[in-house]
Amino acid sequence: MDTTPDPLEHVRTLMARATGDEKHQESSTSTLDALWVLYDRVLRIDPSDPQAEDRDRFILSKGHGPVALYAILAAKGFFPEAWLDDFMDHGGKLGAHPDRSLVPGVEASTGSLGHGLPIAVGVAHALRAKEAAHARVVVLCGDAELNEGSNWEAIALAGHLGLTRLTLLVIDNHSSSLDVDSWTKRLGSFRWSVLEIDGHDHEALEAALLAPHDGPLAIVADVPAGEW
Amino acid sequence: MGGRAMRQAFASTANDLFVHDPNVAIVLAEISGHMFRGARRHDPLRVVDVGIAEQTMVGVAAGFAMEGFHPIAHSLSPFMAERPFEQLKLDFGYQGLGGTFVGAGGSYDYASEGGTHQAGGDAAAMLAIPRMQVLVPGHGDEVAALLRASYANGEPTYVRTSLATNDRAHEVAPGRIEVVRRGMEATVLAFGPMLSRTLAATEGFDVTVVYATSLEPFDEHGLAAIAGDEPHVIAVEPWYEAASAPALIRSLGERPSRYATIGVPKRFVHDYGSWAEIDAGLGLDERGIRGRLEALIG
Repeated sequence: MDTTPDPLEHVRTLMARATGDEKHQESSTSTLDALWVLYDRVLRIDPSDPQAEDRDRFILSKGHGPVALYAILAAKGFFPEAWLDDFMDHGGKLGAHPDRSLVPGVEASTGSLGHGLPIAVGVAHALRAKEAAHARVVVLCGDAELNEGSNWEAIALAGHLGLTRLTLLVIDNHSSSLDVDSWTKRLGSFRWSVLEIDGHDHEALEAALLAPHDGPLAIVADVPAGEW
Repeated sequence: MGGRAMRQAFASTANDLFVHDPNVAIVLAEISGHMFRGARRHDPLRVVDVGIAEQTMVGVAAGFAMEGFHPIAHSLSPFMAERPFEQLKLDFGYQGLGGTFVGAGGSYDYASEGGTHQAGGDAAAMLAIPRMQVLVPGHGDEVAALLRASYANGEPTYVRTSLATNDRAHEVAPGRIEVVRRGMEATVLAFGPMLSRTLAATEGFDVTVVYATSLEPFDEHGLAAIAGDEPHVIAVEPWYEAASAPALIRSLGERPSRYATIGVPKRFVHDYGSWAEIDAGLGLDERGIRGRLEALIG
């Protein structure tokens, strides 16, 4: 019998300390597994030096529901776990949308949807321009967020530029009100490699994030409807 | 009108900065792409044409800024200052990043293209973004000077270029104003390309004429000193009238003051032709400005 403590249980405990944003609770829950796999198995970011030049970059474009990210960053040592107790409080560091000027490990201040992916495209291309293309750039969007037109400008550009170190992680909790073609069909038409997986399956998430691919990589992590 | 065309001066200066500073990146959205072939040949990875996608132009520029570059983005004024307004506000202002955004076309340089290509509200819109600097050169050589002085300042900076230019270039810098003529009855503050016509329109008036190419930052103490104990300041502006009001209030707000504006009326222009023809129709040529000054000063 495996008696190893489940690290996610500790993360969930931390999440429970950040109260006051219940309207986004399910949104946060839907990203938990993907974020955990990212920070536990994939991204190379030193919590003690979160601005190190050779780090990987992660942008939470879907800035709402950031509690899972905060809890994971705290669990990994980016900042004290006690910060979660002051979530959304006057004088606290952690808001209902992340602020990069306040939170170590947060690359971009987000909240208004449709900003993170164009920025991530710029970061990925800038890393290429300064010959630091070994670092990877991961940006997380929600399925409904991808209704924003700015994302599709950036998706077209990333495919055009062939940004192989850019990964778009879509948390598809079926919150979009639009009925459109499959992710593979839509993103694939812009020269992206597309993988559609179970958003709660850690092995599938890790395999997808580390999968060889041509062009930019999109991973669509499906989670049950209602986890928004 | 003397001097190099502002847009050409911008491209020439930006290409030169690009070649000499490996931290400069140029981000375009189709428009003026042909003016940066030299930079692209020098280092194609630092020149990105995102296609007709102005929101992504600014977002990509922000990504460059996050990685330590000094991005320079450019389009016509409505597509630089207005369409991607939220990207300028959030991706640069809120993120705390620096970048240069060069708008071409002033208020209605391309009037014959219709209202979609006009941007009389660009300066006021940019002023609504905390940290955003707003520069308004009046001559091609001033474009070069202001661009060199500001491109690496770490702040988001909007540079407003226009077809209209002054007869000669002045020594300019962000935050600087210059007394061009001294008088007693009032202070006439001319912004950017309004200077030459303002100097002509004020011939025979006993007024001080001050030249400004920097709306934000603005030399508040300097203007307060120039305007004296009983300030009477008349701003002559190339954008919707009273965009300079916040700067003037900050400058003169502690004393009883008189302030008037001669600028572009805040309405859509449903007329075609050159910028000079539109200016004349709106009373912003030498004759129109003189008439307004006669009414204001007597």
